[in-house]
Amino acid sequence: MDHFARLGLPAALDLEPATLDRAYFTAQRQWHPDRFVGRPPDERAKASTEAAGLNDAYRTLKDPLSRAVYLAGLNGVELPGDGKTIDDPDLLMEAMEAREALHEAATPEAVDALAVRSRDEMTKALAGLGTLFLRHDKAAIRKALLRLRYLDKFAEEARARRTNLQRVKA
Amino acid sequence: MSLLEIHEPGETPLPHAGEASLAVGIDLGTTNSVVAIARDGVPAALHDDTGKALVPSVVAYPDAGGVLVGEEARLLMAHEPRNAVASIKRLMGRGAADLHTVAGVLPYEIEPGSGQTDMVKLRIGGKARSPVEVSAEILKALRARAEAALDKPVERAVITVPAYFDDAARTATRDAARVAGLEVLRLVNEPTAAALAYGLDKGSEGLYAVYDLGGGTFDFSLLRLEKGVFQVLATGGDTALGGDDFDRAIAERMLAERKKDGIADQVDEATVKTALALARQMKEQLSERDQTSGRLELGGAPSFHALGRAEFEAMIAKYISRTLDIAANVLIDAGMSVSDVQGVVLVGGSTRLPLVRTEVGGMIGKPALTDIDPDEVVALGAALQAEALTGGGDTLLLDITPLSLGLETMGGIVEKVVPRNTPIPVQLAQEFTTYQDGQTAMAIHVVQGEREMVADCRSLARFELSGIPPMTAGAARIRVSFAVDADGLLAVSAEERTTGVAQRIEVKPSYGLSHDDMADMLYDSLEHAEADVTQRLLVEARVEARRNLLALEAALAKDGSLLAADERAALDGARAHLEAAIAGEDRDAINAAAEALESLSKPFAERRMDRGIREALAGLSVGELESRVGE
Repeated sequence: MDHFARLGLPAALDLEPATLDRAYFTAQRQWHPDRFVGRPPDERAKASTEAAGLNDAYRTLKDPLSRAVYLAGLNGVELPGDGKTIDDPDLLMEAMEAREALHEAATPEAVDALAVRSRDEMTKALAGLGTLFLRHDKAAIRKALLRLRYLDKFAEEARARRTNLQRVKA
Repeated sequence: MSLLEIHEPGETPLPHAGEASLAVGIDLGTTNSVVAIARDGVPAALHDDTGKALVPSVVAYPDAGGVLVGEEARLLMAHEPRNAVASIKRLMGRGAADLHTVAGVLPYEIEPGSGQTDMVKLRIGGKARSPVEVSAEILKALRARAEAALDKPVERAVITVPAYFDDAARTATRDAARVAGLEVLRLVNEPTAAALAYGLDKGSEGLYAVYDLGGGTFDFSLLRLEKGVFQVLATGGDTALGGDDFDRAIAERMLAERKKDGIADQVDEATVKTALALARQMKEQLSERDQTSGRLELGGAPSFHALGRAEFEAMIAKYISRTLDIAANVLIDAGMSVSDVQGVVLVGGSTRLPLVRTEVGGMIGKPALTDIDPDEVVALGAALQAEALTGGGDTLLLDITPLSLGLETMGGIVEKVVPRNTPIPVQLAQEFTTYQDGQTAMAIHVVQGEREMVADCRSLARFELSGIPPMTAGAARIRVSFAVDADGLLAVSAEERTTGVAQRIEVKPSYGLSHDDMADMLYDSLEHAEADVTQRLLVEARVEARRNLLALEAALAKDGSLLAADERAALDGARAHLEAAIAGEDRDAINAAAEALESLSKPFAERRMDRGIREALAGLSVGELESRVGE
């Protein structure tokens, strides 16, 4: 059973956080191991497995990027594993320039500006994914997801860089 | 005559199901412990004859014999310091390296040789005792108090642990309960229990922070409360930061002052305990007034020490700022900002310090919730959860893993399998592969922590998956599965998947057993597993060799005429050799003989093929030949 089906949700890119929460809480009310205290061991084991499955589904679908990657996987779009080199020359160029800018940012404010820009780019790219899924354009989906994954990683690096700058200041 | 009921094994009704057996909530604290019970959603702490709810977490084994727990044990500590122990919770699941010292001396006497690779043991009252045994004494006393107050047997409990407790400490807590004769319905994280106590009382909804600074541990958690659901979003903390550190700072200062005044102290375990007890009193007084003083008498030499609140606050500022750093990181982890937080719950005796209240209030920018006694709030929440679990309440508690779980990979780098703040229960797996041609075993080292290098994380368990069939590097697929249950306890298993040589080894990370004990236990299972695999490979080699012999015999019967007499003799010799090897137990011998026979029979096979082709081609037209080739 895929993660969407497990939570009784349609397999779609758009998912309101409140809708996901409601579906998740309802399912956990049924399967959480706390509901099976004092039940026979086989029922408890099943509850534990079901609850773990629900948690896996919730975790995967909660974050828009991981949800998009998962949905792409269901549609036959395979992404290379984490840490693989970037095979898209445009993205490679973008990544190199952004990394250079981050390296040169000397104040927390300058880092924040880069992080905001990268977050805006992410929002835009996520919004554009819907059309690509509708067109079943696997190559374009793959390209967009690889870029999103990179932007996400960049945001993380910006956060680390910011912490370092603050530490130096303090 | 009543009919006998027959149940499936494991399906008998709960004991005492008919006689309303009670389940209590227990806060097993570093400094104090509390037991509480909830009835119809109303929790109450259980008091002793004098009306006190707090049981000091002190255990004493007096020279006169017997065991004392609580206030009596604390009093005895002054007279027989070697027979009593406090703050045992700091040692649950810990090794010797985790202990903090005052003036280079520990307030514990460590059993020699313990705590290197296993949980540290203490020498108390002339006997080696483990933190599990000592904690069990506290739990027994709480259980007795509950049974006396309720006049009913108490055999089940929800016990709270710091959210940031690692697997070893959780396992140790569960074991202590077992020793005390208590079935643990659930280990609940302290901040979650505190939120439960507040949430149900007030019907609050939204995002709340819990700042829990106890005697020995600090936790900061963010929880979302919504219609009876308590969802923990993120947690962080330090299992070695709390009020004990403040006591230690004051005690060290006093010892330094004595030294400056020319008093040459023999600093040992007993004097450290005495200095710590006074330090604690002074600390508590400073929450009420601006200035305090104390008289410390060690080895017959008295000294007087004055301490102002401002001075004390300067001494502990670094600890408080560390708690605020942790809180800030938890907010980032949850993707939340301070303005999202609706309120902060203060838990633990150390939150009585005025400095803590102002600093936390300042950071969150919201008044702190303190109307439930911070010493009792955790036990009250645990009692509510105990009632919910036994009575089928409607609240739902969704908790998370506090620390990342992972495996050691090449070069001592940690590969995280279960990231921190993952909702539990959880089952996640990751595939690994071999790195050397022909590698038949893989060392699996399970660690807990956030650091990239294994050396900086806590080692939970090591085992070896052996019997991997030799393959080229990178061909094996070893799947390592991590399962964390609703109590936050971990089980790890591993199996090799390409060849169907399925080996599963369950590893419960275990502090109580030394690595050697654990290695022995695992070795037993592995030896069997390895023997099984060896046996399987031997059988496979025999089957394959026999198949080749049969094929060769058939060929000889048909085309034996293709061989010269000496060739035939050599081949027969090799056949006999292989048959002898098959009768033996040595797989390598079988394979070697099979190979020898194969190379010897190669010319024969080639001649047979030539003859076969000539026969096949004889008498065929070109057209027929083409159509046959096309088939």
